[in-house]
Amino acid sequence: MMGTFLGIDYATWWFLIVGALFSGYAILDGFDLGAGAWHLFFKKEESRRIALNAIGPVWDGNEVWLVIGGGALFAGFPIVYANMFSAMYIPFMLFLAALIFRAVAIEFRSKEEMRWWKKLWDISYSMSSILLALLLGIVLGNILIGIPLDENKQFTGHWLSFLNPYALMVGVTTLAAFMMHGAIYLGLKTQGKLYLQVHQFLKRAIIFFIISFALVTVYTLIYIPHLTDKISENQWMFIIPVIAFLSIANIPRLVTKKKFLPAFLFSALTLAMLLVIVALELFPVIIYNSADPAHHITVHNASSSSKSLKIMLIMAAIGIPLIATYTYFVYKTFWGKVELDEHSY
Amino acid sequence: MDVEILARIQFAFTVAFHYIYPPLSIGLGLVMVFMEGQYLRTKDKTYEVLAKFWTKIFALTFGIGVATGIVMEFEFGTNWATYSRFVGDIFGSALAAEGIFAFALESGFLGVLLFGWNRVSSKVHFISTVGVFLGSMFSAIWIVVANSWQQTPAGYHIVGEGIHARAEVTDFWAMVFNPSSVERILHVWIGAFLAGAFLIISVHAYYLLKGRHIDLSKKAIKIALGVALVASLAQLVTGHASAEVVAEYQPAKLAAMEGHFEENAPADLYLFGWVDKDSKEVKGLSIPGGTSFLTHQDFNEPIRGLDSFPQDEIPTQINAVFQFYHIMIAIGMALIALTLFGAFLWWKGTLFDHKWMLRILVVSVLLPQIANQVGWFTAEMGRQPWVVYGLLKTSNALSEVVTANQVLFSLILFFMIYALLFTLFIYLLNKKIKKGPDESPLIDQRPRQRDLSNAFTGV
Ligand code: HDD
Ligand code: HEM
Ligand code: HEM
Repeated sequence: MMGTFLGIDYATWWFLIVGALFSGYAILDGFDLGAGAWHLFFKKEESRRIALNAIGPVWDGNEVWLVIGGGALFAGFPIVYANMFSAMYIPFMLFLAALIFRAVAIEFRSKEEMRWWKKLWDISYSMSSILLALLLGIVLGNILIGIPLDENKQFTGHWLSFLNPYALMVGVTTLAAFMMHGAIYLGLKTQGKLYLQVHQFLKRAIIFFIISFALVTVYTLIYIPHLTDKISENQWMFIIPVIAFLSIANIPRLVTKKKFLPAFLFSALTLAMLLVIVALELFPVIIYNSADPAHHITVHNASSSSKSLKIMLIMAAIGIPLIATYTYFVYKTFWGKVELDEHSY
Repeated sequence: MDVEILARIQFAFTVAFHYIYPPLSIGLGLVMVFMEGQYLRTKDKTYEVLAKFWTKIFALTFGIGVATGIVMEFEFGTNWATYSRFVGDIFGSALAAEGIFAFALESGFLGVLLFGWNRVSSKVHFISTVGVFLGSMFSAIWIVVANSWQQTPAGYHIVGEGIHARAEVTDFWAMVFNPSSVERILHVWIGAFLAGAFLIISVHAYYLLKGRHIDLSKKAIKIALGVALVASLAQLVTGHASAEVVAEYQPAKLAAMEGHFEENAPADLYLFGWVDKDSKEVKGLSIPGGTSFLTHQDFNEPIRGLDSFPQDEIPTQINAVFQFYHIMIAIGMALIALTLFGAFLWWKGTLFDHKWMLRILVVSVLLPQIANQVGWFTAEMGRQPWVVYGLLKTSNALSEVVTANQVLFSLILFFMIYALLFTLFIYLLNKKIKKGPDESPLIDQRPRQRDLSNAFTGV
């Protein structure tokens, strides 16, 4: 049967790994998407270029977290991967299309000098960043609120049912969180006029995030008991939302003092903590069956075989230190404020 | 149209489009490693200028490769849910390995490769280029392992029944080294080297024809032609090895590749031909018993023909498989002839003197591209009607909950996006080629040529 490591079974380990990968993705590509969402607010060509080059050398590496997360989900929980993706067909297809538009826009914008050309790709870049953040949130929202499944764990809902109010609210909140996160990142990477402008945006982003987050929280507390019962039953778990709230509260304070690096770390922590709460509340369920609570998709009924999970744990143990090493190397190479040269976008 | 046809068209279209780019990225990566290596060894700035120029084109192919590859990864879940559940235990681990060991390496170092020229030493830059190149080679390994497992499954057992049936790993290494993996990885790698090398040859032959970047282009062509010569000869060897594996493990595919119908007779080897499925005849030029000879070293050894299989277990598009296969081989042979002849002229010292030869080299870029495409079409259409050979039929591999309209929507969406991408790709490629390498670092070395070079490099 399912093997264990350090007293935790492989399927749970793999749940943690997939969770960590998607959190990593949210933190890393989160600031790219956030920076992209602000893009059209910068009016000068020079500012837009700097903002774009702030994420230039890293966005592709950040996107790889999505690729690995997707692969890990496929590998660890094929049933979740298959049933979830076919159920959320339209949002995923739009997501893929937007990913392409973003990548292409970043790549192609600097290749021509014509005004309309740059404008076209600026719009494409910014709109696709916004759409990506919204869609990520919408999919997350659907996972949180649950989707209807039959006894074979097949989706029974309408193809448009992903557009429910709760999912939309989570989508907007995700966008807000990324916009805050991205603005802090830009604060780290820019100087001069642009820096002051970013500082202004950041204040608005924080307000936007706090309001939308508060709305989602209230809605969840009132209408979605399965997302709150575990924490209300286990007092010690309360520590996690508390950390989340403290770290949110810390961000405006640090930003006012222009301490962008710690602010960035706290906004990363916030994103991570919010996802930890989600994971805690759902576990061992991965997809909540809103039609029939007896047939959730769980860590145990959706995972790959014990053997396969073990092999992949070994791979992860070898691979993750390697990834950490060269991620560190890349960030170190491009540390500090953006400087444009002939190789820039 | 039903979901199956649409989903198949969508898969074939998106993967074929994706596969324009990975071979270029892999092949250009290899030649760039040689260029930067030469620079480190000889300190001749020409090689650095070359490496910088090709990095820009590499950025283009790589960027589109990534964007279209992500679509592939998620398409399994959206369009082929039953397939995904069936193979998740196996295919998933290969994809996860690809992500962990390959994509992270590639994209991690990519930033340094593209933007690091002024920030790191040329040694560190060289290491980054090697990192990106190795990453792309690893990624080819894992994706081809996954695909090879579908062709020749090994190291698994089946648990569950009906829509709950799943293949689970019993022996990881047997799964990785399934009967066709090694041959196919080598064949795919080399196909990629050819694609990259011929792009470089083609572009620099164009410069020579135009009288631009003369010195630089001669050096580049020599490096790339060296790679292409070795690769095109090696491709015959690995292709033959692949065919032997097909003969042993996928006899119905082999029969389709050669249009061999009789149940038990020696099979001919066609140079070209046309298969009539109804009359079960092939019209064309053949070496009698040639296929028997290649597989069994005996012209009279019988080979299983299509008639000996249940009719619902053979590919429906026999002529297409036949044609694609023969186009690939014809191109393989043409590349061998071309590179050998090029090497001969090089040895005689007249490689760059013949305009007609340069013109051939300019258009030769299309050959490996076409061969790579038709190669995959042979392998994949020849595998039909199975998606996992002998275990799962393509028609049973679909997502149950997805409707034809949804698939049609996404098919049209991707068709439009890819049309746009392709147009942009060609436009920008053309523009970069027209602009050419930036030779200004070389001008300081040769002050008197300044005016001349400016005239050449000017847009
Ligand atoms: C011969 C090699 C080969 C083949 C057959 C395929 N690919 Fe590919 N793929 C690559 C070789 C490659 C590459 C060279 O590694 C790419 C191209 C450019 C790049 O960035 O990586 C890539 C990119 C790429 C990416 C983006 C990776 C990133 O973010 O860096 C994904 C998710 C896939 N591919 C997935 C697939 C899937 C699911 C395929 C099969 C259906 C597939 N590829 C066929
Ligand atoms: C020189 C003679 C060649 C022979 C005998 C040959 C043989 C084969 C065979 C038998 C297959 C099918 C393998 C399978 O279904 O498992 C194949 C596939 C393929 N070929 Fe070739 N090939 C040749 C040349 C080339 C060239 C020149 C290229 C590209 C530049 C190429 C690219 C491919 C690709 C991409 C595939 C699909 C991947 C695979 O199945 O390995 N081939 N080849
Ligand atoms: C290494 C990765 C792969 C490559 C490069 C590849 C390549 C191709 C190509 C070139 C075609 C077109 C042939 C045709 O239309 O018949 C094709 C078709 C197809 N492939 Fe693959 N394939 C890969 C992996 C897979 C996987 C993992 C699946 C599993 C779902 C798959 C399923 C299909 C299906 C269903 C078709 C359509 C078949 C048809 O229309 O005849 N392929 N693939």
